Amino acid sequence: MTTDGPAGTGTGPDRAIAAPAGTVDSRGRRCPLPIIDLARAFSSVAPGDTITLWADDPAAGPDVVAWCRLRGQLLVAVRPLPAGGEEFVIRRLA
Amino acid sequence: MSAYLDHASATPLHPAARNALEVALQDGWADPARLYREGRRARMLLDAARETVAGVLGTRPDEVSFAASGTAAATLALLGTASARRRAGNVIMVSAVEHSSVLHAAQHHEQAGGRLVEVGVDRFGRVDPAAFAPVPGTAVASLQHANHEVGTVQPVAEVAERLHAAGVPLHTDAAVTVGRVPVDLGVLGADLLTASAHKFGGPAGVGILAVRTGTRWRSPWPADEREGGRVAGYPNVPSIVAAAAALAARTAELAAEGPRLAGYVRDLRRRLPDLVDGVELLGDPDRAPAVPHITAFSCLYVEGEALLTELDRAGIAVGSGSSCTSDTLVPSHVLVAMGALTHGNLRVSFGRDSTQADLDALLEVLPGAVRAVRARLGAGEL
Repeated sequence: MTTDGPAGTGTGPDRAIAAPAGTVDSRGRRCPLPIIDLARAFSSVAPGDTITLWADDPAAGPDVVAWCRLRGQLLVAVRPLPAGGEEFVIRRLA
Repeated sequence: MSAYLDHASATPLHPAARNALEVALQDGWADPARLYREGRRARMLLDAARETVAGVLGTRPDEVSFAASGTAAATLALLGTASARRRAGNVIMVSAVEHSSVLHAAQHHEQAGGRLVEVGVDRFGRVDPAAFAPVPGTAVASLQHANHEVGTVQPVAEVAERLHAAGVPLHTDAAVTVGRVPVDLGVLGADLLTASAHKFGGPAGVGILAVRTGTRWRSPWPADEREGGRVAGYPNVPSIVAAAAALAARTAELAAEGPRLAGYVRDLRRRLPDLVDGVELLGDPDRAPAVPHITAFSCLYVEGEALLTELDRAGIAVGSGSSCTSDTLVPSHVLVAMGALTHGNLRVSFGRDSTQADLDALLEVLPGAVRAVRARLGAGEL
């Protein structure tokens, strides 16, 4: 089931590495919560700037790509995280 | 106002099937393999059902066998061909968007030491025939006639032609199309076809397996003399008779029904983006051919299971490919392969008794249901 706690609190299991400040840490949160975390944090991103999301739900990869397409934003990079999950870097285009 | 809009999962028994079932329960209860009068009567009913199905599908009666489900038929089709063509190689090729029954059969083959090659799809869920070139050692390939989650029709005939040039047989899973659109195995060019009766108004428990003459096939399981040696065990004659009656009746209905259901799909796809913000329509009947009765879309910031529950509370039944609606918590392999939004996914599918009122009922309830689920997830303002 989903974890309903707020993002950035490291609610998932085994958070060996803490997310750096400014990174949205949605590890341990199930779909569609990571995408909701991303959308919520995105409102404070200035056009041209990027935001970083950490997520480990298996749906996060395809859903971040789909969110960027639907919202007209740019997925800049996807990297695997050492402790599991992935890091997504998204640039605000407008 | 309630509406059942999951006819691609199962559709009510066709009236013609109900009548045939009653007759066959009365007259077709005996063992069709026995030579006495009761057995001969069951055999006649079974043979007539086989002829009916063969006639609709453009095959010979001796090419048609009945299995206990579409899944059982697909398993037999794939593993039986792989088994008979072991000397040609141990590769099973499938599209990335096959039904789980086909993928499970292919994975079973892989676990037994065989190899599995998956072919990707475009954003409509469609394979590129040029990408479906058989790798060396391909024993059999499998490509669905149409996709079960988004309705996109696959280029089966073109793929069959390419495979045949390399001597590779093709199985097509036609569970979505048989009894829904005209299906002629000769036109499709596939060597094996499978389908499922409960998806076109037949009773549950009848799968159709067609194996073209000349296709190398050997039963992967212990076999007996039933169903041409392809499906072991006592056949469910009454249900098979009812399935054949449903298929025959459906065939006469398709010409009028297809455009009517396609109209509902068009109407839904036109109205939905204005009713729900952040919705992604999947597939595209205008750009990639699709069956007339299935359409799918995904809603941002929505949990599929919560949305199904919310709709069910309002009396609306639809399907979903979202991971939160399955036990595995893995996103739908179809949606992932298409690069579509995997959460908040709904599949709407119409049947012979669907009406405009059913669609209107769905669209009446859906915006509020999406709003409620988003609000619960704290995504109401996004």
